[in-house]
Amino acid sequence: MNEPDILGASLARSGISRRSFLKFCTAMASLMALPPSAAYAMADALKRAQRQSVIWLSFQECTGCVESLTRSFDPTLEQLIFEMISLDYQETLQAASGEAAESARKQAMKASYGKYLLIVDGSIPTKDGGVYSTVAGVSNHDLLVEAAKGAAAIVAVGTCSSFGGIPHANPNPTGAVSVSDIIKDKPIMNVPGCPPIPSVIAGVLAYFITYGKLPELDNLNRPKVFFADTIHDRCYRRPFYDQGKFAKTFDDEGARNGWCLYELGCKGPTTYNACATIKWNGGVSFPIESGHGCLGCSEPNFWDKGSFYKPLPVPLADNTPIITAAALGGIAVGTAAAVISRKHQTSISEEK
Amino acid sequence: MSGLDNIGTKVVNPLPSPPEDGLSGNADAILHEIVALLEAYTATGQTGAIDLHSLPLTLDDYELLRITLADGEVHAHIDAIGNSEVRETLYPGVWWVTYYNAEGDIVADLIEVTAVPEILKAPADDVREGLAHLRELLKQEQP
Ligand code: SF4
Ligand code: SF4
Repeated sequence: MNEPDILGASLARSGISRRSFLKFCTAMASLMALPPSAAYAMADALKRAQRQSVIWLSFQECTGCVESLTRSFDPTLEQLIFEMISLDYQETLQAASGEAAESARKQAMKASYGKYLLIVDGSIPTKDGGVYSTVAGVSNHDLLVEAAKGAAAIVAVGTCSSFGGIPHANPNPTGAVSVSDIIKDKPIMNVPGCPPIPSVIAGVLAYFITYGKLPELDNLNRPKVFFADTIHDRCYRRPFYDQGKFAKTFDDEGARNGWCLYELGCKGPTTYNACATIKWNGGVSFPIESGHGCLGCSEPNFWDKGSFYKPLPVPLADNTPIITAAALGGIAVGTAAAVISRKHQTSISEEK
Repeated sequence: MSGLDNIGTKVVNPLPSPPEDGLSGNADAILHEIVALLEAYTATGQTGAIDLHSLPLTLDDYELLRITLADGEVHAHIDAIGNSEVRETLYPGVWWVTYYNAEGDIVADLIEVTAVPEILKAPADDVREGLAHLRELLKQEQP
């Protein structure tokens, strides 16, 4: 078969109907608060798109990010992502090993030079010449610099590659740094989280393949579509926060009544992530819904910000006008949220 | 069996009780948007859609939408990576389209204003492939 490797053909080969695909795109568009019409444009563009060549490098990491993506509870999500991309190198998932694997990577880098998407998970050790993590005798640092040269863009998946993460935690014995500490001349998108939410990874990949560029980013280079609001902005316990009803221990009356976990150290107010809306494990719940505060895992240095159980210092940094609106009660929160999603929609449709 | 039942728990609705009628005003906004979309469609043929997930809706908002739009003549069920329900409402050309994933969770919930929602039409490429398969099958069956 010498059809070009376009996504539409590859979907047909694996028996995924175009209706299924349109449905997937609609769900993705809805997730990213894109206007519904974007779903058709997305399905259309994706169908014709070449499967995106992806090179995935894993550095100092725990493989949790790959687990998050590949063990996502929705098997179709996982399958569709792997249809969308041509994963040319990923140590954990590829069958090849040793010389064969390395030469596959070099070949893919040459064939799609300037066009491939480089995904990185894990931080990069820089101390002692980077000896703390090497692949086939090459330090992570050198591998990253080499692979970044031909990349169209880089996606740092997980808090380690985005901000240094746990390897970077005090006293940082390996001199671990983030991708953006080393690479300065390429578009880099950070998708932090320890690990990130699987559909967030899928969403940003779909966006890149559809529009050929990264979505709009915030000041920490995170995609605004998923990281515009804090956990606290969207937390269902927020009405209790506004009423000053706080659980004082994990088993007191307040905890049993589902009151706010702020005094138990919840980092929701300073953490930008989509857990409160997209949730985890296929939308089952998220940590706060299970009774534990947010650890702030998608923020830089979350490990070194004092105890997970110490309340954030009051007063909270002026937390956008939502707090004032929220003081009026749950409905006001809702309206503010509606305004926010509208804001996303306009900024995205303007961009096109 | 595990003794978990002995642990006292209380299930509460943590949301404050909504205003008397339980409506946020968003259902009303959506109904007016539907009117605007219908006006555009009848005037220019421009189709439109509203993503119900992009607005926070209370249960009562939902109920109001369901009651106002009500069921029309068409109800289609699509079986592709999970279920999808496509219902025409009482107002011809206004469709309520709900997509579920394989686990049965809603992944998208839309109001579409159009003659036939895109998802119901057989995509041309699929038609062409189906034709090829059918031809192939008949060829094999020739004695
Ligand atoms: S402090 Fe934490 S538990 Fe309380 S409302 Fe904010 S995010 Fe929710
Ligand atoms: S709730 Fe907070 S700590 Fe938990 S996964 Fe989400 S961002 Fe990370």
